[in-house]
Amino acid sequence: MLDENVMNNKGLHIHLLSTPKYKTTTIALQIRSNLSRETATERALLTQVLKSATKSLPSRKEIRRYLDELYGASFSADVQKKGEQHIISLKMELANEKYLRDTTPLFEKGLHFLREVVEEPSFESDHTFSEKVIHEEKRTLKQRLHSIYDDKIRYANQRLLEIMCEDEPFSVHPFGILERVDQITNEDLINEYKRMLNEDDFRLYIVGDVSEEEVQKASNTFTIQSRESSNFSTRPSPIKREETQEVKETDDIQQGKLHLGYRTSITFDDDNFTAMQVLNGLFGGFPHSKLFLNVREKESLAYYAASRYESHKGLVLVFAGIEASNYEKAMKIIDEQLVDIQEGQFSEEAIKQTKSMLKNQLLETADSARGVIELYYQGIIGNKKRNLDDWLQEIEKVTREDVISCARELHLDTRYFLHGKESN
Amino acid sequence: MEQMSFKQLNETIYKEVLPNGLTVFILPKPGYHKTFATFTTNYGSIDNHFVPIGGEEPVSVPDGIAHFLEHKMFEDEQGDVFHTFGEQGASANAFTSFTKTAYLFSSTQSIDENLETLLDFVQHPYFTVDSVEKEKGIIEQEIRMYEDNADWQLFFRLLRNMYHNHPVKIDIAGTVDSIQEITKEDLYTCYETFYHPSNMVLFIAGEANPEHMMGLIKENQSSKTFKEPEEITRKFENEPEHVANERSVTPMSVNTPKCMVGYKIPPSDKQGNDLLRYELSMDLLLEMLFGTGSDAHESLYADGLIDDSFSTDFSVDRSFSFAVIGGDTSNPDELEKRINQIMENAKVSGVSREQLERVRKKRIGNFLKQLNSPEFIANQYTGYVFSNIHLFEMLPVLETITYEEINELLRSQFKKNRQAVSQIVKKAN
Repeated sequence: MLDENVMNNKGLHIHLLSTPKYKTTTIALQIRSNLSRETATERALLTQVLKSATKSLPSRKEIRRYLDELYGASFSADVQKKGEQHIISLKMELANEKYLRDTTPLFEKGLHFLREVVEEPSFESDHTFSEKVIHEEKRTLKQRLHSIYDDKIRYANQRLLEIMCEDEPFSVHPFGILERVDQITNEDLINEYKRMLNEDDFRLYIVGDVSEEEVQKASNTFTIQSRESSNFSTRPSPIKREETQEVKETDDIQQGKLHLGYRTSITFDDDNFTAMQVLNGLFGGFPHSKLFLNVREKESLAYYAASRYESHKGLVLVFAGIEASNYEKAMKIIDEQLVDIQEGQFSEEAIKQTKSMLKNQLLETADSARGVIELYYQGIIGNKKRNLDDWLQEIEKVTREDVISCARELHLDTRYFLHGKESN
Repeated sequence: MEQMSFKQLNETIYKEVLPNGLTVFILPKPGYHKTFATFTTNYGSIDNHFVPIGGEEPVSVPDGIAHFLEHKMFEDEQGDVFHTFGEQGASANAFTSFTKTAYLFSSTQSIDENLETLLDFVQHPYFTVDSVEKEKGIIEQEIRMYEDNADWQLFFRLLRNMYHNHPVKIDIAGTVDSIQEITKEDLYTCYETFYHPSNMVLFIAGEANPEHMMGLIKENQSSKTFKEPEEITRKFENEPEHVANERSVTPMSVNTPKCMVGYKIPPSDKQGNDLLRYELSMDLLLEMLFGTGSDAHESLYADGLIDDSFSTDFSVDRSFSFAVIGGDTSNPDELEKRINQIMENAKVSGVSREQLERVRKKRIGNFLKQLNSPEFIANQYTGYVFSNIHLFEMLPVLETITYEEINELLRSQFKKNRQAVSQIVKKAN
C-alpha cells in the first residue's frame, strides 16, 4: 500500500500519501469527537451549516459555482460513527491540472477552500451563524432523519441498534435525534463550534500526485489541531445480556426484515481482531459463507442473508429479507450455522477461501484514494496501527482454533424482526 | 492486437476481435492491486421478443428472464461458481440492466485462473428443472425487496407512465407471477441466441500484461466451438410519441414523499461520436438547468422543496431514451409545478455561454475522477462499445459542444405531451 508520510504542521497532523496512480487529488479532513446523545444532533447540524456558507462564499450556490469552476471539485461534509466516536468528514476531490489545458493550481485552491469551511465560516455581524442557513439546514437534517424510516433495511438496522444498545452511545444515529433538531439555538451551535475547535481531533489526509513541499505551502495557514487519542472512547466497555431479547414490529411492507445483533469483546485493537474477521467471513461476509449457502442457496428463503462485523464497537450484525411466515425456520438455520462453527463443523478449505477473500477485499480497498484513507484512519480510530502488510500477515496466521474460540465468544443479544401487518 | 494511446489521459488500451466474434479490450492500470474484468452480452430485460438463433419465427419469453438467466449461470454440474472464485481469492458478481447482462470478477491474485473461470462459466450453460424451480424462491425475495424500496418504485412507476408498449416499462426482475412461467427450455433459447461471442465484449482493467493475457484468452476461445454468428432480430411494438399516463400517485410506508418528472425522448439512431455528443449535450443541459450550481437548485432548496437526493439523469440506449428529474420532497405537487415552470422559462430564455462553460469544466473534472475507477472504465467502455463510442474520446467531444446546439435540444426534445410524473406519498395509517 502507499506509504504514509505524517507531517506535523504546527500541531495539525497531515497524512500525505503521494502517488501518480490517480488523475485527481483527494483531501479528507477528519474531525473526531466522542459520540453522545447530547452532542450528535448539534454536530450533525453544525456540519450542514458549515458546508453551506463560508466567509467569502456565503451561500450554497456561490460555493457550488466556485467549485464548478475548479473543474467540478467535489466537496462533501458528512457525519458517521465509528464505534462510539462521532466523525465529521469533509472531503474534496480535485482534478490534477496535469490532465487539463489549464494551469490553475487546483489543489492549493481546494485546500484553502476547505480551511475556510472549518476556520472561517460565514458569521453575521454579531458573530452568530445566519438564521436563514440554520433554518434551511434544520429542515434538511430533519428530512434526512425522517428518511431513515423510508429505507426499510436501514430502518430495521437502526431499530435493532436502538433496542440492543439502548443505554449506550452506540444507539445514537450519527445524524442525531429528530426531537432535538428544533430545540437547537444559534448560540448552541456557536458553542458546539467553539468546543469542536478546542477539543476535537483534526487530521488531514491527502492522496494524489502532490509533493510534501506543495502540501506544506498550501496548508501553512491552518490553525486547527490534532489531539491525543486518550481523550476519546476508543474501546467501549463490553456489555453482556443474560437472555436474548426478541422484538417484533410491524410496518406496511411486503418482505420481513430480520436483523440480529451479537456481542463480542473483540474489537479492532485486540490481538484476535483478524480471527474475528475470519469468523465473520465464514459466517456471513461472502457468497461462499454459511448464511448465503444455507439461508439462500439451500433453502431459497432469502435473496440477501449476510453478516457484518462492527469492529470498533464489538458487534456482529446479521440481516436477511424473508417471508414473515419463515421467521422460525430462518432463525433456526441461522442459529445452526453459528453452532456449527462453534463445534468446528467447517472445512480447512472454507477457512482458506475466507482468508483469501479478506485479503482481496483489503487490497481492493487500498486501490481507491478514499479506501486508503479509510484504512489508515481506522488505525487512529481503533487506537492500533496496523499497516497493510502486517494486516495481511495477521489474517494468514489465523488458525481454526482461533476461529472456534471467537465463535464461542459470540453471544446473541437481540433479535429484531420488522414485518408486514397482515402476517404473524 | 491493436494498440490505442491517449496521451492527454495517459492511457493505453489494447483491442482485438477474435475469430469467433468476441471483442476483447485490455487496459493496463499500473499501481493498482486489483484486476477487474467484465464479460458482457448485449442482452437485457427489454429483449423479450426475438427470433431465436437458427429459427424463423419470433418468440415471446416471460418477463424477467434475462435476469433469471444471470442468476442461473452461476451454477454448473460441480455446483456454485462463487465457490471456485472464492478459492481463487476473487469476488464475483453480475448485473442485468435494460440492455446488458454483465458478469464480473475482481481479484488481486490468480488472475489467469479467474479469467479462465469467468470465460468458462459464462460460456457453459447448465440448467435443470430442479435448479430452475429452486431459484424462483430466491428471486421472489429479490422482487419483494424492491417492492419495499420506494426509490425503485418511484422510477418504475414513472417508466410505466411514460411507455405504452415498450418493455423498458417492465421491472428488470419481472414479477413474482411472470418468473413462475420460466422454464429451462426458455433459458436455453435465450442463452443460445444472445450469448454468442459475437454479441459479447470482454474487458480487463488492472495489473495486466496485455500480450500474455490476450494469448490466454485466444487459447481458451479457440478450444470451444460456437454456431455461426447470425444477426439478431429483436421485435419491438410501435411506441407512440406521447406518454401512456400523465401521472401516478402511489401511497407507500414513507415519511418523506418523492416526486420524479420524466420526459420521454424519441429513440436515437445516432452512433459513435454523434451519439456521444448528443448524450453529453443532454447531460450538460440538465446540469445547467437543475444542477447544484443552478439558480433553480438554489431557490428549490431555499423553499424546502428539495434536498441532497434531488438529481437528474438522461438515458439513451438502443430503442428508448428518457430524461428524469426529481427526488425526495416535502411537497410533490409544488415541486412538479416548479420543475415545469423552470423548463418553460428555460425554453424561452435559453441557456447561456457562461453557464455552459461552468458545467463543461465540471464535467471534465468528473470524467477524470471516473477514470480512477477500473470498474467505471470497464462498465462504461463496454456499454459504449455496443454503440461504437470510444470512451477515451470524450474530452475532445465535450470541448466542442456549443450552447446553440444545447438550446436546440431544449426546445425540440422537452415537449409537454412527452412528460409524465410519478409521486410516492405517505400512506395514511
